[in-house]
Amino acid sequence: MLESLLYFIQQLINGLTLGSAYALIAIGYTMVYGIIGMINFAHGEIYMIGTYVAFLAITAMGMLGIEYLPVVFLFALLSSILVSSAFGWSLERIAYRPLRGSNRLIPLISAIGMSIFLQNYVRLGQGSRDVALPSVLTGGWTFGPDDGFQASLSYMQLLIFIVTFISMSLLTSFISRSRTGRACRAVAQDMKMANLLGIDTNRIISLTFVIGAALAAVAGVLLGMQYGVANPFIGFIAGLKAFTAAVLGGIGSIPGAMLGALILGIAESMTAAYFSSEYKDVVSFGLLVLILLFRPTGLLGKPEVEKI
Amino acid sequence: MKTNNIAFAFFCALVTAIMAFPLLGLKMVSEGTGMIIQGATASTWIYIASACMMVFLVQLFKTSLNSGVEQFKVQLSRLPTPSLPADQHVRLEKWALILIIGLALAWPFMTSRSSIDLATLVLIYVMLGLGLNIVVGLAGLLDLGYVAFYAVGAYSYALLNNYYGLSFWICLPIAGLLAATFGFLLGFPVLRLRGDYLAIVTLGFGEIIRIFLNNLTTLTGGPNGIPGIPKPTLPMIQTDPEFALISLDFSRSSREEGVVPFHTFFGLDYNPETKVVFLYLLALAMCLAIIFVIRRLIRMPVGRAWEALREDEIACRSLGLNRTAIKLSAFTLGASFAGFAGCFFAARQSFISPESFTFIESAIILAIVVLGGMGSQLGVILAAIVMIVLPELAREFQEYRMLMFGLLIVLIMIWRPQGLLPMQRPHLAIKEAEHA
Repeated sequence: MLESLLYFIQQLINGLTLGSAYALIAIGYTMVYGIIGMINFAHGEIYMIGTYVAFLAITAMGMLGIEYLPVVFLFALLSSILVSSAFGWSLERIAYRPLRGSNRLIPLISAIGMSIFLQNYVRLGQGSRDVALPSVLTGGWTFGPDDGFQASLSYMQLLIFIVTFISMSLLTSFISRSRTGRACRAVAQDMKMANLLGIDTNRIISLTFVIGAALAAVAGVLLGMQYGVANPFIGFIAGLKAFTAAVLGGIGSIPGAMLGALILGIAESMTAAYFSSEYKDVVSFGLLVLILLFRPTGLLGKPEVEKI
Repeated sequence: MKTNNIAFAFFCALVTAIMAFPLLGLKMVSEGTGMIIQGATASTWIYIASACMMVFLVQLFKTSLNSGVEQFKVQLSRLPTPSLPADQHVRLEKWALILIIGLALAWPFMTSRSSIDLATLVLIYVMLGLGLNIVVGLAGLLDLGYVAFYAVGAYSYALLNNYYGLSFWICLPIAGLLAATFGFLLGFPVLRLRGDYLAIVTLGFGEIIRIFLNNLTTLTGGPNGIPGIPKPTLPMIQTDPEFALISLDFSRSSREEGVVPFHTFFGLDYNPETKVVFLYLLALAMCLAIIFVIRRLIRMPVGRAWEALREDEIACRSLGLNRTAIKLSAFTLGASFAGFAGCFFAARQSFISPESFTFIESAIILAIVVLGGMGSQLGVILAAIVMIVLPELAREFQEYRMLMFGLLIVLIMIWRPQGLLPMQRPHLAIKEAEHA
């Protein structure tokens, strides 16, 4: 009894860890969608780039002989955010801004093209094979009887929770309190009107891409440190999951993306634990279909009112 | 203004440096138990520096560059361009189509074996593009998991042949039917979702099919795929010694009963190239059949309803059109064409595995449709040629191939967002009396 409870708790912890990392990526999708109504298919690649830069940064610190963890982590985080934001900013400038206002499929194809480009860009620079990073943060707490199953919470998982929580709180207060955040919400509500009222919509759109990219980079650093492996193609599946999470929660809604990501993460780790790890993606997509059938605009999405 | 410009150009150059420096300039190499970083070669550094320099200069002189481009455009528009009235344009398209068909028929007899092979591949993508064109281009339903139906078609031939020994010609309609059934079953619940929700659900469906194919190892062979799928045969009526229906195959000799090698039947010398030519002509015939069916369909009420629904759903509903039935017909029909294409693909490849049915395949097919100009058949054909032949031509660039491919998609979209050959609706107009 206790054993199965502990097992369940363990899966819950794993699911929440995964879900909070997905949430960080999903925010990028949902914010961009909320403002310009396009699916930024290249967003997963930004996450992948974030992971690579974090690996480079951690390795560089190792070579310099700096091993004090907070410094290493902060350096990795900041450099990863810097590089990813640069990519997010240029992505919007190069591939999406010239296409604004055209049919909604056009930027989607452009995004797919950009995604192929970024994958191969990293492949050229870093090689297509897996790179492995020795874990920086090890250890954790375990609960349970010594002779039976023990649930564990590693320090890394705790770090993921904490960093995600801080990023989310910062983002939420930025969006709801600051002047620029208010401008963001105004642009999401009605871009033309916001423009008339003197908001520089181009700047806000750029900012959205940068924020999304920065959060994806945070996810890249955290998941990269957790798993310790990266290759140029990890962006696609992570992006797909995060996008699923964003849709699940109601695309365009930031709390929706967080909720959707947590549900998805838990569903995935539960399936892997109790059913079969091969079919965990089937379950997450099946869940998506099921939820959309009953709530066609996602969990927290506003029901669309058809205007005639 | 001037200093502002310089600052922005400097900023852009800095961003370029940030993007290029860590990922291209530094490389992780494993050494012993840990990792170390290696710097790139000197030439890479020069490339990075010159890229930054170029971005700086381009941004600095952007206004004058832009005005130059505008001037050029003005000059271009002054040139006399042949402007055609709409009905002539339709007639022109017809002639273009006839010309393309003639060229396509002559193709295998003019070129080498490898280019026939490539042309067959292009034709498979033309089929897929035409099928997806119904769903995305005409009905306006964004389907990101089209490859699932392609996989269903391919696997239904491979499995039916593997387990029951059914031939290509029996499996072809079954594959189409099965794919259509999958399309119907998926479409029924999800077609009431709005645009992007539909997109992600279809994407998920595509992944689900692939995961199943990968993991149902006992049935599908999992990641190892299914080898040894037979090539299609040519059915032929035999009159000597007795009246019978036999199949001709294109191997050197045949051991199966009722199967006669092509060259012995016609008393020719064995030529391995006939097999390739036959596959090509078969694909061409399938393409032409699909083109013909679609050309008829878009003139029929259902085809008009697809487009009407794409343009204005509310107006359609208020005119009493059944939204679900129309969407479902487009979705099912598109799926069945993918099933045919899949069946042919399995027969041509003679080996299939889930590797061939990943999302990138869906993305390429979608890119073909959008690149061609949504709804336009000639556009799809042209775009399929561009998307398949270009990466092949760029083989010598090897590792830069996919990089350039991705960039090219972006550039074409920026250059011609409406597609290479946007669709023109056939319509009747009252001719004005000349010299009245």
